[in-house]
Amino acid sequence: MEKNKYKEVVNRHTPKENVLYNTMIAFFVGGLMGLLGQLLIDAYSYYFSIPTNQASIFMIVTLIFVGCLLTCLGFFDKWVHACKCGLIVPITGFAHAMMSAALEYRKEGLVTGIGANMFKLAGSVIIFGVVSAYVFGLLRLILFGC
Amino acid sequence: MTFKYNNVYINETGTVTGPYEASGPLSKYFDKGYKDFYFGLPTWEQAESKSIEDAVDIVLNKTNRTKFDIDLFISGDLLNQTAASNIAASSLGVPYFGVYNACATSVEGLILASNMIEAKQIKNCITCASAHNNASEKQFRYPVEYGGPKPKTTTFTTTGAAAAFLSYNKKGIRIESATVGSVVDSGVKDAFHMGAVMAPAAAQTIYRHLLETKREADYYDLILTGDLGRYGKNILRECINTEYGITLKNYDDTACMIFDLDNQPVYAGASGPACAPLVTYGYIFSLMKKKELKRVLLVATGALHSQSTVNQKLSIPSIAHAISLEVIE
Repeated sequence: MEKNKYKEVVNRHTPKENVLYNTMIAFFVGGLMGLLGQLLIDAYSYYFSIPTNQASIFMIVTLIFVGCLLTCLGFFDKWVHACKCGLIVPITGFAHAMMSAALEYRKEGLVTGIGANMFKLAGSVIIFGVVSAYVFGLLRLILFGC
Repeated sequence: MTFKYNNVYINETGTVTGPYEASGPLSKYFDKGYKDFYFGLPTWEQAESKSIEDAVDIVLNKTNRTKFDIDLFISGDLLNQTAASNIAASSLGVPYFGVYNACATSVEGLILASNMIEAKQIKNCITCASAHNNASEKQFRYPVEYGGPKPKTTTFTTTGAAAAFLSYNKKGIRIESATVGSVVDSGVKDAFHMGAVMAPAAAQTIYRHLLETKREADYYDLILTGDLGRYGKNILRECINTEYGITLKNYDDTACMIFDLDNQPVYAGASGPACAPLVTYGYIFSLMKKKELKRVLLVATGALHSQSTVNQKLSIPSIAHAISLEVIE
């Protein structure tokens, strides 16, 4: 069978993903995570009497810790699965990606296992995060001069 | 390429499964089922090896033999360098062939063994195929604990091992003939849609088998592919009909049998080298022994990809081998 014709057959029998439903779930869960982060920032800056930029660092550390802990407890993957991209895109997803890879390779040694594989998924987040921060920072400097 | 056999029989089989299969609809047909993914060992890779050793032990016990009576051991799995089979073979210590044809490994092993038994080069042989869900997720996809969303067409790797004891003693199930498939490039690049990757290979092998044996599809009480999944099954039906004019009536797919597709989190169904032989040796053989099925054509299909070639956007080659199984009259 010709490849184009076969592609049509495959498409006919392939179920459509429910994009709208998945997006809405990701939107609401992601939004809730944002709300949680903002509440944490407010709470830290109120109770510890620290400026907002310091409180936001505390918030990030808290969410990373909670994300890693939940991954280690073994049920965060089910939440991630149910929430589509709602938990992966925020900072909890970054922590979860690192911790799940570390758990997977923990029996293969500290250096060759955990060290070499921990950033298997998270590595690209760091690389493209840094590159895009640089590019957008530069754009801001050129366009707005600050 | 089709071989005819006069004197090759699968005398006994041994089936070992993981937790999802043991709680699936065919659980009562398996010899042994583990409740977790570690089988009491530190790693998944070791657990997979243990499942092979267990399946071989079950076969040896059923046939009242020791490992010293075995002429040849043929085994394959999904891990890099067929690691699980190699470790199991080292503890068994008999002459060994490690084979790889992804999910078609089981039938590949059966064909190699049958040819050597028919040619009287060996008296008997144990063939085995295994897989481990977590070990293969780790190798081919994302870390298991990551749990990222997957498309509906994804298949769920079966955990377990299935071993068969073959000899020329007339007992059990007869291997009547076999067709060796050729590798097909369907142009599909999606590693999450294995059914679409493998359906053209299955269609071609079924067609060639029927052509070379001069049979119609309804000669068989059941044509069983393993494992295309619920969407791949429909693709095969349409593909084989338009391309070769064959209508599959008595047809099923092992991917849709070993799990409860509606109530277990297995997406489009099962996959992995262990799926087809587990269903065949467990469930199908029990139907054959009751004479509810007399002639079965098992078509094991394999997607021969590696993670590197998928990342390089190359299309995934696939293969299917067919073996004709009959009740001894």
